[in-house]
Amino acid sequence: MSCCGNIWSIAKRELSGTVSSPVAYVFVVIFLLLSSFFTFMIGGFFERGQASLVSFFGWHPWLYLFLVPAVGMRMWAEERRSGTIELLLTLPITTWQAIAGKFLAYLVIIAVALLLTFPVWITVNYLGAPDNGVIFAGYIGSLLLGASYLAVTSFTSALTRNQVVSFILAVVICLFLILCGWPPVLNLLSRAVSQGFVDLVASFSFMTHFENVQRGVLDLRDIVFFVSVIVFFLFATHAVLRARRAG
Amino acid sequence: MISVKNLKKVFGTKAAVDGVSFNVGKGEILGFLGPNGAGKSTTMRIVTGFLPPTSGEARVGEFDVEEQPVEAKRLIGYLPENAPCYSDMTVSGFLGFCGEARGLRGTKLKDAVDRAIATCFLEPVVHQSIDTLSKGYRHRTCLAQSILHDPPVLVLDEPTDGLDPNQKHEVRSLIRRMGKDKAIIFSTHILEEVEAVCTRAIIIDRGRIVANGAPEELKARAAGAGTIVLRAADRGGAALRPFLEKLEGCSAVEVIAEQPAALRLRPKDAASAEALAARVHELAAREKWKLVELRIEEGRLDDVFRSITLPDSAPGKES
Repeated sequence: MSCCGNIWSIAKRELSGTVSSPVAYVFVVIFLLLSSFFTFMIGGFFERGQASLVSFFGWHPWLYLFLVPAVGMRMWAEERRSGTIELLLTLPITTWQAIAGKFLAYLVIIAVALLLTFPVWITVNYLGAPDNGVIFAGYIGSLLLGASYLAVTSFTSALTRNQVVSFILAVVICLFLILCGWPPVLNLLSRAVSQGFVDLVASFSFMTHFENVQRGVLDLRDIVFFVSVIVFFLFATHAVLRARRAG
Repeated sequence: MISVKNLKKVFGTKAAVDGVSFNVGKGEILGFLGPNGAGKSTTMRIVTGFLPPTSGEARVGEFDVEEQPVEAKRLIGYLPENAPCYSDMTVSGFLGFCGEARGLRGTKLKDAVDRAIATCFLEPVVHQSIDTLSKGYRHRTCLAQSILHDPPVLVLDEPTDGLDPNQKHEVRSLIRRMGKDKAIIFSTHILEEVEAVCTRAIIIDRGRIVANGAPEELKARAAGAGTIVLRAADRGGAALRPFLEKLEGCSAVEVIAEQPAALRLRPKDAASAEALAARVHELAAREKWKLVELRIEEGRLDDVFRSITLPDSAPGKES
């Protein structure tokens, strides 16, 4: 009870800080503009002639790649730069509650951005009869994907007091996690190492798992994958915060 | 309330805190003195649970800060160095957050915030965003945060830094007032502050405690403490000197100024200073000197501080 209360207090503070700055608005607006642009202009939404949101969700890994690190890069870097981390971590809360609270706050922003894409959903339902189950699965997958990027950003943000460094590191790690499932990269890799290892690397890719979800298959394995990535990087955040204080 | 035992903190190869032990009880105000980089802030960060010690232990109340951090932190109010605040929040929003994170809700929270605002004179800026505040207000906002939940233990890292003289005075009397029923540690560079506020002072240098005692005790350790200064309006210093040198219990006489005469007498030991001063007074009355001043030097904390923390300077050098 008090544990959730603490997490909520932290999340609320983080949200109020983000909402009073332009970061959250820029994130939401840019996400909406770009996702519509890619869906309708480049993704060939109309040309497909299908009542589905494949061309919508397909762009999310690439949109998130820049937008999520941009919105989350201040998470710990700013606390460290301004010294408020000393206030935060001497409050009677655990480091875990602080990490969870901050993570939750930014996840809310991503969720709001996703919810505001509802006109796309209305459009596709107006034009045809899509399988709304698949679309729902797509939204869940997209949120999990965003949350995974966010966990990576939380980790890189804890590493440094410089937001730009945190942003670049997060983009690089996320890009790696996208590309390691991409056929050209896998082909390159298969020349050097055994097929088993290539499969292992591919199984760590966001793409492999996100494509499954996008097709409307909410497989437990994919959900477990995303949740493990999130948990892993939040653990890494905790380890970094601890190590930085241990000196 | 606060008990620190053999605390050690190593950063890389440098020991920032090296075997520090002390206790602070309820009703005590402990002043932390030391040159920059002596380990004051590091010690405070360990006590408040921000940094884990490399070895040794810190206890607050009945809780070990390492093992039961949340319980220990509940008892502490902490003002970090440079008074960091969330600059994107308003003063009331910031205090509300801190109160909430400390488990205050509803009217209790509101009362606590109102009380802290009143205590720290923040009324004019309550709804202002923190990044628009002057340094003094920002500092007091962070101070308000530390006393919000009326904690039994207060750890204040340079609480008067960056305040104007009036605000300094206010904060000092606030600390004195709160010190009656709390255990307080505070660090400062201002030595008068220690004399004005503390019940006990610790001087820390290169990670070690080099002096620990009541401010009066520390002052008695100053090189000049216990010497007698006298001034006579109608005589020359050289003329008085032979008389004074013959006095019982006087080890040295130094002429500070010749006309009008000003001399300094060093007693054989500090304890006999008063007896010596009485004899000087008798002598002056007998010889009909026109004494304009006769006093025993108290010793200055500055001198103690300098002689302890500057090992290269000759001890006993007077300014």
